[in-house]
Amino acid sequence: MAKRSLITIDGNEAAASVAYRVSEVIAIYPITPSSTMGELSDEWASKGKPNIWGTTPHVIEMESEGGAAGAVHGALQTGALTTTFTASQGLLLMIPNMYKIAGELTSAVFHIAARSLAAQGLSIYGDHQDVMAARQTGFAMLSSGSVQEAHDMALIAHAATLRARLPFLHFFDGFRTSHEIAKIEQLTDDDLRSMIDMSLVMEHRARGLSPDHPFIRGTAQNPDVYFQGRETVNKYYELVPEIVQAEMDKFAKLTGRQYHLFDYVGHPEAERIAIILGSGGEALEAAVEDLVERGEKVGVVRVRLYRPFDNELFVKSLPKSVKKIAVLDRTKEPGSAGEPLYLDIVNALFETGRTEINVIGGRYGLSSKEFTPAMAKAVLDELKKPEPKKHFTVGIIDDVTFTSLDVDSSYSVEYPETVRCVFIGLGADGTVGANKNSIKIIGEETENYAQGFFYYDSKKAGTLTASHLRFGPRPIKAPYLISPNTANFVACHQFSFLERYDIVKYAQPGGIFLLNSIFGPNEVWDNLPVEVQRAIIEKKLKFYNINAYEVAELTGMGSRVNTIMQTCFFAISGVLPRDLAIAEIKKSIQKTYGKRGEAVVQKNFEAVDQTLAYLKEIKVPEKASGELTMRPRVPDAAPEFVKRTLAPIIALEGEEVPVSAMPADGTFPSGTTQWEKRNIALEIPVWEPDLCIQCGKCVFVCPHAVIRHKVYDKAALENAPATFKHMDSKFKEFPGMAYTIQVAPEDCTGCTLCVEACPAKDKTQVGRKAINMAPQPALRETEAANWDYFYKLPEADRTSFSFGTVKNSQLLQPLFEFSGACAGCGETPYIKLVSQLFGDRAIIANATGCTSIYGGNLPTTPWAVNKEGRGPAWSNSLFEDNAEFGLGMRLTLDKQTEYAHFLLKELSGELGTLAEDLVKSDQSNETEIKQQRDRVEALKKTLEGKKDPKSKDLLSLADLLVKKSVWIMGGDGWAYDIGYGGLDHVLAAGRNVNVLVLDTEVYSNTGGQASKSTPRAAVAKFAMSGKGISKKDLGLIAMSYGYVYVARIAMGSSDQQTLKAIIEAEAYNGPSLIIAYSHCIAHGIDMAKGLEQQKLAVQAGHWPLYRYNPDLVALGQNPLSLDSKAPSIPLEQYVYNETRYRMLVQSDEARAEMLLKEAQGDVKRHWEYYSQMAAMHYDKPAEGENI
Amino acid sequence: MTNLTTQYLGLTLKNPIVASASPLTKKLESAIKLDEAGVGAIVMYSLFEEQIIHDSLELDHYLTRGTDSFAEALTYFPDMNNFTMGPKKYLDHLSAIKKAVSVPVIGSLNGVSKGGWTRYARYMQESGADAIELNLYYLSTDPDLGSAELEETYINLVSDVRSSISIPLAVKLSPFATSLPNLVKRFAGAGANGLVLFNRFYQPDFDLDNLEVVNNLSLSNSGDMRLPLRWISILYGKVDMDLALSSGVHTATDVIKAMMAGAKVAMMASELLKNGYARVADILSTLQSWMEDHEYHSIEQMQGSMSQKSIKEPAAFERANYMEELASFHDLP
Repeated sequence: MAKRSLITIDGNEAAASVAYRVSEVIAIYPITPSSTMGELSDEWASKGKPNIWGTTPHVIEMESEGGAAGAVHGALQTGALTTTFTASQGLLLMIPNMYKIAGELTSAVFHIAARSLAAQGLSIYGDHQDVMAARQTGFAMLSSGSVQEAHDMALIAHAATLRARLPFLHFFDGFRTSHEIAKIEQLTDDDLRSMIDMSLVMEHRARGLSPDHPFIRGTAQNPDVYFQGRETVNKYYELVPEIVQAEMDKFAKLTGRQYHLFDYVGHPEAERIAIILGSGGEALEAAVEDLVERGEKVGVVRVRLYRPFDNELFVKSLPKSVKKIAVLDRTKEPGSAGEPLYLDIVNALFETGRTEINVIGGRYGLSSKEFTPAMAKAVLDELKKPEPKKHFTVGIIDDVTFTSLDVDSSYSVEYPETVRCVFIGLGADGTVGANKNSIKIIGEETENYAQGFFYYDSKKAGTLTASHLRFGPRPIKAPYLISPNTANFVACHQFSFLERYDIVKYAQPGGIFLLNSIFGPNEVWDNLPVEVQRAIIEKKLKFYNINAYEVAELTGMGSRVNTIMQTCFFAISGVLPRDLAIAEIKKSIQKTYGKRGEAVVQKNFEAVDQTLAYLKEIKVPEKASGELTMRPRVPDAAPEFVKRTLAPIIALEGEEVPVSAMPADGTFPSGTTQWEKRNIALEIPVWEPDLCIQCGKCVFVCPHAVIRHKVYDKAALENAPATFKHMDSKFKEFPGMAYTIQVAPEDCTGCTLCVEACPAKDKTQVGRKAINMAPQPALRETEAANWDYFYKLPEADRTSFSFGTVKNSQLLQPLFEFSGACAGCGETPYIKLVSQLFGDRAIIANATGCTSIYGGNLPTTPWAVNKEGRGPAWSNSLFEDNAEFGLGMRLTLDKQTEYAHFLLKELSGELGTLAEDLVKSDQSNETEIKQQRDRVEALKKTLEGKKDPKSKDLLSLADLLVKKSVWIMGGDGWAYDIGYGGLDHVLAAGRNVNVLVLDTEVYSNTGGQASKSTPRAAVAKFAMSGKGISKKDLGLIAMSYGYVYVARIAMGSSDQQTLKAIIEAEAYNGPSLIIAYSHCIAHGIDMAKGLEQQKLAVQAGHWPLYRYNPDLVALGQNPLSLDSKAPSIPLEQYVYNETRYRMLVQSDEARAEMLLKEAQGDVKRHWEYYSQMAAMHYDKPAEGENI
Repeated sequence: MTNLTTQYLGLTLKNPIVASASPLTKKLESAIKLDEAGVGAIVMYSLFEEQIIHDSLELDHYLTRGTDSFAEALTYFPDMNNFTMGPKKYLDHLSAIKKAVSVPVIGSLNGVSKGGWTRYARYMQESGADAIELNLYYLSTDPDLGSAELEETYINLVSDVRSSISIPLAVKLSPFATSLPNLVKRFAGAGANGLVLFNRFYQPDFDLDNLEVVNNLSLSNSGDMRLPLRWISILYGKVDMDLALSSGVHTATDVIKAMMAGAKVAMMASELLKNGYARVADILSTLQSWMEDHEYHSIEQMQGSMSQKSIKEPAAFERANYMEELASFHDLP
């Protein structure tokens, strides 16, 4: 038997490495936080890694989790050993098949990184709501609480399912166990072979469908026998506990790790115990061990096999002395008598006659809410009370229904010999990656146990990351973040964070604080906010400083300070001898970057070698001094709700928000990104009026709505700040007025797209444009004042000009601003444009994905409000149903408008011509919309105070009389894959909805998995060897209906065509589909060149621009206009600017060449097809001819 | 029967037409076609150290950017099995060409670092190159960098490469040297066996519609041959190095001129890129006919026959400008 190695991996890899090796078919679909399991499987399969039988499993990405479950079901029914991975909504989509798979007594394991469900809000973080929603399907359920357990239980589940003939759901905590890196013992292939009984594998195979021994399965059954049929399975369930325990025992003999269905830890005569599933059990165990040492009679039962639930065995696991039990559920079942585990325990005690035990139930840890030993203690302490709370929560402050327990946050059971380190970094600086390496080095090169866990904020640019590392001689049972005042080592890798976040709070007295700053050892202290100085002094911290930016610059590392700070950490912490540490860092650099080329390795080596000369310990003065202070969380002018609820979240102190501060129904105010002032740009655009031609292109392309232009009355300049720039308006519609382009310096991300788009160059120095980048810090204060002034200038009157030109369209106020999208995002300019054109009367259905994350992830939303209080009303339903969700909105609008018209008719006697005017107005332009709004105001005035039901009814519907615009938005993952069925139906339904597909040709939000939009020859996850088949032509499919307006746009190629298409789509009284080329970080391009890439995509024929307007058919015109010219450059000129294509050349040149040729063929065929379609002759339809 | 063989860098070539460093050698099939077309030797396309470094850093940048920043997308690309970064692809290709063709194969190298120059030259030797051509090109834009200092760097570089390889070494130069003969002499002293005149560069052009600088390489024409022709004529016999004429060789006449100036080989690329491999046979055939018509029995016979030292009026090569041309015209009887 091969020797087992100790490896440092995360829970996802731990589970997947077993699942992969004992499977033949794996059907997957990406969903956070389980995606990694599918990605790893795909990666292993692509590299030809064999399972334990020496062949490579077939891994297939499906269009949805529903599809994955269907494929799994099919593979199982034909006898393959099959697995899948999912979480959250994905598991919900699998439920219908899960009933079938269980009902048919099929051996299978689903591995779940358990995650919250979307309710009042979506959350990607961990709890048991998803698995608890599947507990009724008939799957056996096995729970893991740590990375090692995720590895071990995965195998036990695969072994047990074959013997039990029941499918297993193996789950562990998402965004805890799934993403925690820990040192574990790796199971060998021999271990797996020892546990998987080949005779059972053959029996499973023999039960599969085969025409060589045919039968049918999946019949329809009637009232006479269905019930009996349902009861046939009971005996299988009865055997499961025994089978699982037997497999656990077998596993224990093999590995020495003994698990039980219910594992009890604690005092042998415990009187108070807690019952728990999952990783929270680790924290409970740690607290119990400590409390027992202190003489308390407490214990914990960790439930491993949750379904089938064995009452007898559970009760047997309890010490006889137990008097009180607290059951902890990591889920919420509103309206129930109690959460599921609680009810199971109550029932078990009742059925076994242990009714003398007092049971209480509580919720904890929803959405990865921390569950610490202090909270565990609070639960056990609650049991001491004569009248403990029957139903409680722990970990939050519930000041509404007062369910929460008080927690003594100073209670800690951290082992003194465990070293705890917190690193705060900027996403782009590589801090997390370096810490992942560090923890691997410590785990694999020392005797220490090691744990790493990583936190990310919800923005995509300028992200804060926090790495929590523990290591020490004892096993680490701490599935929670490092608490304030407990870290031995705290590092801040991004100086500017010190003015926004309390980072030093993590340090324990006498600990170490390492700072990366632009300052030298003699200057750094005076540049610290006084709050930070005070904390360093009060905690007596050893303070080290390094200018890692300088080292990075010197060694070609750019913004990546990761290896530099990693070297500092090892040098200061002394976890390894310095030379050995440096050798190990270099080894890990070689391993991580080696295949990317020697130059990459060398620059990292150089950075490591240069670091120590720059690292200095700073003498800490006795007193804090200076005038620099931390910034307020939000500006004083922010509304009360923002201050109370959003500001703590912005400051990363959301834990302090009490229940009373949260909206009960998930409703939040619009326009809150304006309060964040993230200051993430190093450089911002500066306007040069002397060169400006007022074309508005810079404003048009800005993904973040931070650069805007206005025309306004010159009189307004009287009170302008001294540095406020302006020039005479060149707009023919606004002669004699003033004109300004202004940048919001604190909201800009520094992406430079505006500079790229600017066509105006200085004739004496062409490198100078009308917009140029300049360092932000020096401009911050003055430009912030200018922005405030500019923002308050009146917006242009929407009725006074046409929106049909790019420059005019940009006079419209963006109602989508300052989003947390990636700097230079290719999607948001389109969304912003829609918000400008129709935002004051738009309702938006947003599919889950990037758009919903930068659109609606707390703390703030970019969807904004104009000065009249109007703006886009936005909502996100699910990933898969967005088209239907939007259609529902349209149905409401249509129905209620129709009813309002009905009421107007009913009340026409009283309302006179107003009623008639309100009904007949077609509102086809802004002037008419304005007139209609005026009529609605008049109507409201007339109706207000009236007592009759119809008047009251009409008053409540009056706003519906102004035409509303429904926009259904989402990415290609939604439109081409998971939501395609619904999208197709909604387009076919013929209703007036506008669908905007932000097509990045890949699942961007979940990290670059291939969708059906991914083009041939591009590399993506699940298409590692380059996608071998062509991109789906969604537009062509939609055109086939004949009554769907379809446009393909790319603003980098033609901003005017983009504008025209969006205006036409909205004007079309039927379904519209706009497919917008959206460059993306997942393409591996210089985002500043995103617009240029769009242009090349069009020139190469990859992305022909067109508009298909069904209205033209009635005029006897061809509905299809091709808006771009025939391909004029070879495809390679476009694609090889992008890493997604180039990496295939660098890894498999022959295949890249073959696919490029085929892709060039795609271009040719598509162009020929489109040009023929566009050239077709259309006769004017005869009267009555149906079009 | 005329003898077309020539000696270049100690190698005996069956004729003096050499395929110069160009995209023609990027594919194995093209290299084989060159061989089949009848060239005397093949110079590989250049291995650019700067490109290797750039490609590595670029790949690393895009694979790393955005990672570990956002909880749902900790990476954006799959972890590929391997990348063919670094010189391996070039070296493997060189080996393959060497195995597939019958004529000598010369590796071409353009480095940026001292370590890179010597390391990659050694790798090329190990991969089977018959000789190395160092593509020396550094465009100095720094007013503080003197020509002597730059030349010294070049000489040291040649010396370093020489000591790291045992196969013949040629240096390919740009025409922009203050005193080319002196520089060349020092290259010979540093161990160079051959000199290739001259390199053709990407020259910037202006796009007036967009007010942007654009770079492109225009193919040569026979007129471009004048400059190397002069310098080969001047250098022939003055330095102990084999001379190669590169730039503007399109016809048999061009080859003959090159030989007469003193070149051991005439290097071609533009003509083949424009008119195909068959041109090699055409040119060789015309060359042979011309030699027969003019009763030359070997290439060697004509090599250097019109060099500066062989002609009656050596000053003809030294006339540097139009005025002197006019003057000489007026001196005619």
